[in-house]
Amino acid sequence: MTSAPDPSASPPERELGAHPEHQGRMGFFARLMENDVAYSFTRSPIAIIAAIITVLAILACFAAPLIAPFDPFDPAQISLWDGKLPPAWAEGGQAQYLLGTDNQGRDMLSTILYGGRLSILVGLTAVALGMTLGVALGVISGYFGGAVDAFVMRIADVQLTIPGILLAILINGIGRAVIPQELRDDFAIYVVILAIGLTDWPQFARVARGATLVEAQKEYVMAARVIGLPAWLIMLRHVLPNVLRPVMVLATIGLALAIIAEATLSFLGQGIPPTTPSLGTLIRVGNEFLFSGLWWITLFPAIALVTLVFAVNLLGDWMRDALNPKLR
Amino acid sequence: MTDLLEIEGLDVEFPTRRGTVKAARGVSLRVARGEVLGLVGESGAGKSTIGAAIIDLLEPPGRVAGGRIDFQGESLRGRSEAEMRRIRGDRIGMIFQDPQTSLDPLKTIGEQLVETIRKCLGLNEAKAKARAEQLLVDVGITEAKTRLGAYPHQFSGGMRQRVVIALALAGEPDLIIADEPTTALDVSIQAQILDLIKALCRERNVGVIIVTHDIGVIANIADRVCVMYRGEVVETGDVAQILGAPRHEYTRSLIAAVPRADRRLPRFASVDYIEGGASAFRRIDVKTHWLGAAAREEAGRGPALSVAGLDLSFTLRRALLPKNRKMLKAVNDVSFDVAPGETFGIVGESGSGKSTVARIIAGLYKPDAGVVRLMGQDVSTAPRDPKARAARRSLQMIFQDPYSSLNARMRVLDIVAEPIRFFRLAESEAEVRRIVGDLLDHVGLGAAAARRYPHEFSGGQRQRISIARALASRPRILICDEPTSALDVSVQATILNLLRDLQEELGLTMLFISHDLPVIRQMCDRVAVMRHGAICEIAPAERLFEAPEHDYTRHLIDLMPSMDLLEPASI
Repeated sequence: MTSAPDPSASPPERELGAHPEHQGRMGFFARLMENDVAYSFTRSPIAIIAAIITVLAILACFAAPLIAPFDPFDPAQISLWDGKLPPAWAEGGQAQYLLGTDNQGRDMLSTILYGGRLSILVGLTAVALGMTLGVALGVISGYFGGAVDAFVMRIADVQLTIPGILLAILINGIGRAVIPQELRDDFAIYVVILAIGLTDWPQFARVARGATLVEAQKEYVMAARVIGLPAWLIMLRHVLPNVLRPVMVLATIGLALAIIAEATLSFLGQGIPPTTPSLGTLIRVGNEFLFSGLWWITLFPAIALVTLVFAVNLLGDWMRDALNPKLR
Repeated sequence: MTDLLEIEGLDVEFPTRRGTVKAARGVSLRVARGEVLGLVGESGAGKSTIGAAIIDLLEPPGRVAGGRIDFQGESLRGRSEAEMRRIRGDRIGMIFQDPQTSLDPLKTIGEQLVETIRKCLGLNEAKAKARAEQLLVDVGITEAKTRLGAYPHQFSGGMRQRVVIALALAGEPDLIIADEPTTALDVSIQAQILDLIKALCRERNVGVIIVTHDIGVIANIADRVCVMYRGEVVETGDVAQILGAPRHEYTRSLIAAVPRADRRLPRFASVDYIEGGASAFRRIDVKTHWLGAAAREEAGRGPALSVAGLDLSFTLRRALLPKNRKMLKAVNDVSFDVAPGETFGIVGESGSGKSTVARIIAGLYKPDAGVVRLMGQDVSTAPRDPKARAARRSLQMIFQDPYSSLNARMRVLDIVAEPIRFFRLAESEAEVRRIVGDLLDHVGLGAAAARRYPHEFSGGQRQRISIARALASRPRILICDEPTSALDVSVQATILNLLRDLQEELGLTMLFISHDLPVIRQMCDRVAVMRHGAICEIAPAERLFEAPEHDYTRHLIDLMPSMDLLEPASI
């Protein structure tokens, strides 16, 4: 029994009838504000700005078909005559192409929005894949320990010795080799997702295993074992919800990394074909024209990528601090 | 003689976003030289806050909002941090609860002592070293010279607390504030540390404030006592008056709730001041209720629980070669039988293996050797056998820490309903909900608790939820592993009463594990005393306390804080 004064716990609780504010049912918003994480969010200007940028970027990209001035996939809207036009404010720019056009005459703003949508989509699904695989293996090896644990974690260790992007290129290469030539472009996106997701999982497995080791020693897990619940149910219902906090932090930072990984793969020509724009392919295409003075083709997608990744990373950093009781 | 420390009308506030919490309201107390003042209260009473306020070490949002703190005639309020730092080392010493964390693990204790002595007294290295050695001798550490070069981890818990006391004395303070100095220690060490503090107080003529929740500690060491309740001092007086003839109603109920070691009472005195109307909730009639169904079916024959020749070793160090392996024999040839309806206690100090035995019986650890039988069914040799599984279901466990024994992400309804749903013990979801409501009513929480989450409840209430969850499996055997050692004494009394009532109504067989002898005496029919993984003695509770046979049992019983001051009439 500690008697250290815990300001949030006092005034001394009565044995019957806890806090009066808990007596009635609270509305969703009121309950949200009770939450310490939500509270810490409203107190952190950086987190708010990062969240606004992230949400705006994601909304804009997913609403691309509605808000983009042109459709880069519609050949009727693309005219090679309009190719390589500078941004609207530069000399020779046209008002309808705000950020200029690329070498094929596609509007840069529209292409960035569509490309961003693809990048975010690939990032989200790749992280979801890596997280599902990693958390499942991490919880299982943490809960059972012993040989299972040693086996899974050694595989993770071995994989971590290989640089992630190399591994992704390897998986990507194998994937492309297996798929027949004519289907290669259609399946490129799935191969990229698979490559990034399979590279990601050891991080998630390590974090989930560490948290599981702690939770499995707690008495609520023992209580569930004494009740006689089977191991899978204990892992699913008791352990998993309680290890998700650190995993969510990792997933946020992982999203930024996955978006970069996709851009890197595409930049290296290993990812998504240039016909389907993603931020990475746009930067690569623009890179070829950089020394011809066509700076806008590569700069604007790059700015979009950096802003998005930076905002997501800041969000992840804030989350890590907010969810860590030691730093609060 | 003027008082060493005088506090008058002290207010301490913790501004939070949900409004300002007043941790101390108008607290007045005084300490003279050579006197031990006990500051006693339950968790949240504000007793530690007072200690922290005196030396200006309140947790950040906290601040002293009003009142006087005068130390040797000078005010301690409004001092700069630099001034306070000097006062803290030189004139006021602190002893904290946990000796594990109050020493620097990377420095030898000699370095820590010498550093403190040089800083506070301005001595040179050689003189400081000589003083450090003398201090260790004073606090009862033998071979002080060689011990100076040892690191904190080379000391046991009790020895470490002695070093902490030596550190507190290093600056030759006039006042020592000891915040729960023995709570983290075993009883046998607790007594020694308390004697030491008392002796030092007399010899050096310093004032001591001892902050504790334990009436036993107060009875042993304090000259005067301040009783705190919700940030206020409700009663101050000589220890004999406070314990023997308490005036305030709160003090009276607090003392009544302390388990007595000298005789067995049918029930703990009801603590109505603290727990207003706990029994106001509807209780169910177990004779006809779902809950009692298992009790009616039972065919009573043989021991309900029987263990024979249990052995378990933990690996301390793995190695390829057996001779390099290090094993700890946690349980060594433990055998006992528990008759149906009996409460069997296991008592021992920390590390004695009592909890390990409980966990082996509950199936959480697999023994290296030995057999566990529940209702005559062997459950340890083939734990996956359907018969063994069915027998296991008749056993449930209540854990020590109410803060970690409930899954924070589940509603109370789902926590309690889990075994009913999983084993399909009820016909329909509606019936499940009705049963959960009945169980929550029965343990004194009220059915409305089902919708809420565990964090909305206090420690005692959570322990009631744990009990309801255990009952939801309709157990015949209940293992209670230190069920009240994390709770305040008044809450402990109500939980123990509840456990007793349940056992009586349902005819439960109970295995009750505790380090607390008075609690064991109140709860158990027969008791096993454990030490170093083995059982020293098994005897009926009354005989064990009146005529202990084993030396170790006698030793433990001698160490119980004496409660002679308690007046029988007040119980």
